[in-house]
Formats: sequence, C-alpha cells, structure tokens
Amino acid sequence: MQVTMTINGESVTKECEPRTLLVHFIRDNVGLRGTHWGCDTSNCGTCVLWVDGEPVKSCTMFAAMADGREVTTVEGLEKNGQLDPIQQGFIECHGLQCGFCTPGMMMTGRWILDNNPHPSEEEIREGISGQLCRCTGYKNIVSAIQWAADHPAENEVKA
Amino acid sequence: MQTPAPTDYVRATSVDDALAQLQKYGDEARIMAGGHSLIPMMRLRLARPEMLVDINDLDELKHIKIEGNEIVIGAMVRHREVLDSPILFEHYAAFRECEKVIADPVVRNRGTVGGSFCQADPAEDLSALGSALRGTVVIRNAQGSRTVPMREFHYGPYTTQVEDGEILTEIRIPIRPGAGSAYEKVERRIGDWAVASVGTFVVVKNGVVEDCGIGLAAVGAPHYSAPEAEAFLIGKEATEENLAQAAAIAADHCDPASDQRGPADYKKHLAKELTLRALRRSVQSSQGA
Repeated sequence: MQVTMTINGESVTKECEPRTLLVHFIRDNVGLRGTHWGCDTSNCGTCVLWVDGEPVKSCTMFAAMADGREVTTVEGLEKNGQLDPIQQGFIECHGLQCGFCTPGMMMTGRWILDNNPHPSEEEIREGISGQLCRCTGYKNIVSAIQWAADHPAENEVKA
Repeated sequence: MQTPAPTDYVRATSVDDALAQLQKYGDEARIMAGGHSLIPMMRLRLARPEMLVDINDLDELKHIKIEGNEIVIGAMVRHREVLDSPILFEHYAAFRECEKVIADPVVRNRGTVGGSFCQADPAEDLSALGSALRGTVVIRNAQGSRTVPMREFHYGPYTTQVEDGEILTEIRIPIRPGAGSAYEKVERRIGDWAVASVGTFVVVKNGVVEDCGIGLAAVGAPHYSAPEAEAFLIGKEATEENLAQAAAIAADHCDPASDQRGPADYKKHLAKELTLRALRRSVQSSQGA
C-alpha cells in the first residue's frame, strides 16, 4: 500500500506493507536512522517519535496508521542548523553513554518541556518512566532535560 | 525481530462504516484502536487478523461527558485523557489513581479505554475499576446497540461479549453523590502489569456504608469483582473492623495463579491488604463520612 505522511515538515510517500511497523518504515523505507529500534515490546522507548505532536512508541504503531499524519523524529529537533536546547542539554550534561536510548529520551524530554516548561525532577522522572537507559545513566538524562528547561531557545514561549 | 503476519488495513470513517467493514470481512477482521494490545499480540502471532479496521479517526467515540446520572466514556478515549479528565476526577478520584499506574506516559498517549476493556487481560486495571463502579458497556452492531453490565461483559481472560461484527462504543459509569473512591496497585516496576490491584468506592451516610463496590485485577476474582464482600459491608458501620472483614472476604473469593509475578498466597495477601487500604481511603473521602 502507499502511505503518505509529513515527516519533519516534508511530505513523504512510500510503499509499504500494511503490517509494516512505523519504526521500520521510518528507518528502512524512509532512511531516517535517528529513531532507534530496541525491544520490540513497547517497553524500552528508544523508538519514541511524535505523531501529531505526541510521543508514541513507533514499534507499536503501523505505518498505515500514520498515513496523513504529521511525524516528527529526532532529526526534526534541530532547526536551521541550531540544535534544540534538549540536544544541547544532553551534550552539556553528558546525558548519554552508549547513546542507544538517546533519541527517544530527547523526544519525550522535548515534549515534557513543551507541556511543562519548568518540571520538577520528579515530573521529569515520571515523564521518562516508559523509557529505559541500558547504561542506567538516568541521573544525567534528568540533568540534561533540566538544563534544557533552564536554557530555552529564544523563539520558545516562556511560561 | 517480531513481525506480524501479513494483514490488510482499512481506516473507518464512522462507527457505521466500521461495522460495515467488520461485516464484510467477518471473523478475520479486528478493530484497531490504540493498537497497544493488538499489535503486541500480532507480533507474537497470537493474533492473526486478515483485516484491520482502524477507528482512530472516529471522533464520535472520543467523548467524556455526563448524561443524566451517568458518566459516559467513548471507546476511543485514550488513557491520558482519562488521567487528565476533571469530570472523572470530580466523581471518582480512583480514575486518576488507576490511570497513573497503567503502563507509562507514552503508552497512555495511545492506549484506549475500549481497547483495554476488549483485550480483557485479567490484570487490566481499568476493567477492575469499571467492575468496582458497576458500570455498563455499550456494544453496537448493524442491528442496533445493547447495554451489558460490566460484571457480565467478560466471559473470562481475553474473551468478552463483543462478537464478530460488533464494536464496543461506550463505557457508562453511574454517578453516586458523596462517593469516595481509591485505587491501589502493587507492581514490580513502573509500567508493569499488576501483581495485584484493587479499586473501590464507598458511600457513607451517618457512619454507615450505604453502598460500596470492590474490583480486583490479577488475582483471579470472577468478573474482577467481590460481590460477597460488598454484600457484607453494605448496611454496616464504616469501622476498621468491618472494612478488614470485608477485605478478608474479598481475598477469600480470589483464586490467583502463581507465576513470575509472585506466588498465589502472596497475591491473596495483597488482595486483602490492598482492598483494606482502598476501602479505608474511600471511606475517608466519602462526603458523608
């Protein structure tokens, strides 16, 4: 079947099977490898991307279900050569070791801040509770999200 | 890599359209709501539908509203919307407590109320709460709709009254003025299925339990319910002794299985202890207490 969706602002049309999971569509059919593919069981959250502005685990959604919708992947965080503060936060705070969970963590982190610009540590930890860091580097991931909260981009609405 | 068996896909434009698609493809078709139960089942090849009928576009199933003395929850309402709903929180604080411990925030963005009920997992929290609140379920087919009490909705694990060619459209919860409610769950880690969980409501008038409901998940309670314990408690004073006795009766009627989440006697212990805790907090928050 033919599936058309907007990915990071660009309309993309590709052939896929109805059983193709969104994570594989994005990685293999579209070729965006920033979204990682991990546990296959909705547990690890490394495949988190946004569909219509909300984080979803893309291993638990068919590409067909995203037809006509707006998808944002980790590649869409950077704007005009400027890293999103959430990306900068991961650099500043050493928010990654092996980097496997990072794309999902950043997508959820960005969403947490979009809905709650000044989250408490507890709110951040709850927000990323559906995601696993196999290096167990949660402390620095939380710090990275806090860093981004403290350094919003200039065009961000400050609440 | 887990790959579902080949399937086909159609996106329904209305409930009538979804019903027409289900009729067309018969027992090979399955409704696809949030997909967070069905897709894992498909990946494990425990489910092999040949046609998926996607109902994510059906705005007519996305409401939380009050009709008469009932709260009506559309089948496509997502867990996150239940968690955030001021209407549900106002009448039953247990909805928020229950949703907070269902899966994780990202999964709650997709998973739906209708999907949870129809999956009928014995450890499913929202089904336990729905049973505690003695809600009803509206099922539609091409001929019309019928309303089924939640305590008759599930035949057993993973089987419900929703037949081929039918769709669950709504959950209806009676409003009980002055009711207090609570939800208690023990899980191994965030996002996991319950080792045991219990939802309760209590209406206290002049110190006496006028009405109550007890629902339990993951502990082998038939229809997620504990009617014997409710019958014991109704009409009695809301004392610690009576609540403890009701909790013991509820646990006595559970038949949990030993599995990787714990041995049966531990789960029975949890059924008793969590029922007591939930009843205690329900009594405390009941306006007549």
